[in-house]
Amino acid sequence: MAEVEETLKRIQGQKGVQGIIIVNAEGIPIKTTLDNSSTVQYAGLIHQLVMKARTTVRDIDPQNDLTFLRVRSKKNEIMIAPDKDYFLIVIQNPSD
Amino acid sequence: MTTWLATQVWASMKCNSPVQSSLWSTDSPSVGGHTLPTLTMEIVHVYTKKRNEFGRQCNFSDRPAELHVDILPDPSLASNFIERDPCDIPIQCTQEMSEHEVNTERFESDTRGINHVEGGWPKDVNPQEMEQTIRFRKKVEKDEHYFSTIMQLGSNMEHCIKQNNAINIYQEYFEEEEVVEESEEQPSAKTINVFRDPNEIKRTATCLSWHPDGSCKLAVAYSSLGFQNISPDMSYDSYIWDIENPNKPEMTLKPVSLLVCLEYNPKDSHILVGGSYNGQIAYWDTRKGSQPVEMSTIEHSHRDPVYKVIWLQSKTGTDTFSASTDGQVLWWDIRKMSEPTERLVLDPNKKGNLDNALGAISLEFETTMPTKFMVGTEQGLVVSCNRKAKTPAEKIVCTYSGHHGPIYALQRNPFFPKNFLTVADWTARIWSEDIKESSIMWTKYHMAYLSDGCWSPVRPSVFFTVKMDGTLDVWDFLFKQNDPTLSLKVCDEALYSLRVQDNGRFLACGSQLGTATLLEISPGLCTLQRNEKALATAMFERETKREKILEARHREMRLKERSRSEQSKDEDTKEGDGEESVEELATRTEAEFYEIVEAELKKRAKEQEKKVRRD
Repeated sequence: MAEVEETLKRIQGQKGVQGIIIVNAEGIPIKTTLDNSSTVQYAGLIHQLVMKARTTVRDIDPQNDLTFLRVRSKKNEIMIAPDKDYFLIVIQNPSD
Repeated sequence: MTTWLATQVWASMKCNSPVQSSLWSTDSPSVGGHTLPTLTMEIVHVYTKKRNEFGRQCNFSDRPAELHVDILPDPSLASNFIERDPCDIPIQCTQEMSEHEVNTERFESDTRGINHVEGGWPKDVNPQEMEQTIRFRKKVEKDEHYFSTIMQLGSNMEHCIKQNNAINIYQEYFEEEEVVEESEEQPSAKTINVFRDPNEIKRTATCLSWHPDGSCKLAVAYSSLGFQNISPDMSYDSYIWDIENPNKPEMTLKPVSLLVCLEYNPKDSHILVGGSYNGQIAYWDTRKGSQPVEMSTIEHSHRDPVYKVIWLQSKTGTDTFSASTDGQVLWWDIRKMSEPTERLVLDPNKKGNLDNALGAISLEFETTMPTKFMVGTEQGLVVSCNRKAKTPAEKIVCTYSGHHGPIYALQRNPFFPKNFLTVADWTARIWSEDIKESSIMWTKYHMAYLSDGCWSPVRPSVFFTVKMDGTLDVWDFLFKQNDPTLSLKVCDEALYSLRVQDNGRFLACGSQLGTATLLEISPGLCTLQRNEKALATAMFERETKREKILEARHREMRLKERSRSEQSKDEDTKEGDGEESVEELATRTEAEFYEIVEAELKKRAKEQEKKVRRD
């Protein structure tokens, strides 16, 4: 439990990290460092995106699976580490 | 063959008069027993129905056929035609197909946000309750599976984050070289958006004004400038459009009478002042709603439509002045609209006589020269005035003549304030302040009337004009002097107004049917070229000098004429009415010509000497 906290703190302390969200498979944000409305928005939208990405990868090669998803935008980068039951979402501002 | 014009008069169900069907023709043989006057009814058939019979079912009955008209063939008319031999008939042995186009009805879309409601919470947890959600979360966090998953995901994630921080894979490693755009790209303009008047009865878009900060909004004034063309159903509204959304105006301004001109206050972007068709001035605050905050009183306003209103440079940022065809230019402070702060009557005789006054159609004011302003009149004169003069007579400094029609646009060149552009009748002219007799540069006479024009705010040699046939012309006089650099047909109806945005990239033009079109011009026409300022300066100077010389010449010739006419008056009494023969005329003119040339040469020689002596 403490290690989880430590890991998250370490991630949060990295340069450029704006926020971390942990979402469970039902879309409920378990832990977050952002405000509630953004968290809820990210949770809902990203879940769908990950599902789509995963099915895409598996459609191309059924033995393959999605391990990591990075969405780079003008203002920041959203990194998603998916798992069967939980997603870890980190929003980072890339180094300029 | 007689010509037939058939008319049928249908009466409404309510009236009692019989319904008549008649055939009108130009001859009048009497047919059917009716003799009729020439030029009018040939055959009359009257259907009558009693009022109490309306609504009853029809009772049909048979009757024998009646011959109404029998037109016999007239073989003599065949002599008007020639038989064609051979006849060319194209035949194509393919499937016949027809082309149809369908334009779907305009689909109005609206942007709305969705409120994302949390979902997924198990049934026993109420998402609104903070306690329950926190408890749920804590429970999840204690889960073993959660622990292992997060550790694994976390390490993965850290790796990627560090990767991001180590190298920015999207970074530009090589500085973009300053590519000098020498490529002669074709100047072009692209329509970005079209804003149509949402009302049924279309009015002309007579004036456009860009929002002062950021230019994301466009205020358009709609009115009808045709004489007594205003129908009672015409809406008086003018709109402010957001340029991203052409479907619905962002805000409506509801004046008391149609607005002819509208301007944003460059100091305060919420305030707009508008001049209306009935001569009143009104100002709006967009934060306060669609009704004008205050209107000028009718007694002290103009008596004709206010054609132009401009904001002045002042400490309070609340001064404007307006011009109208009633011959007055009035100054207003918008805080007190009950009467104008100052009044100027455009009387060329400088007597302040309103009957003599010239009607003003356009105004010009440049913030860098706050004491001077210019007025373009209906009579084709540009009047230059001084604000700070003490007496009204001194206010009017000078006039520039040269146009044949009302001057619809008047603007100083933003880079060379001594030169200004006027757009009137079928030409656009560029003037220099010093030369009063004629313009220094002018375009050729076009086929259509020019209705508005303006300089580009970024390039000193580029200006735009719009014409009544719906074309927009972009002129670059350093590139081509005889023709516009780019001529673009914006719409089929006449264009009445034009305004360039401050960055020089976008321009909006308003048409007769109230359509405001937003165009983007190619970057070549809105980036300052290398030597442009210097070249433009040189050109202006050259043309100004040429005009000066011509002016001096004219003056000389006039003086000579005057002196000669005085002489000849004395001579006339001595000589008879002896007409000179052509030869004598020729020798006389030759002699005169040589005289003039010699005189000019002598003058030049003297000037040269003077110069040499001075140095």
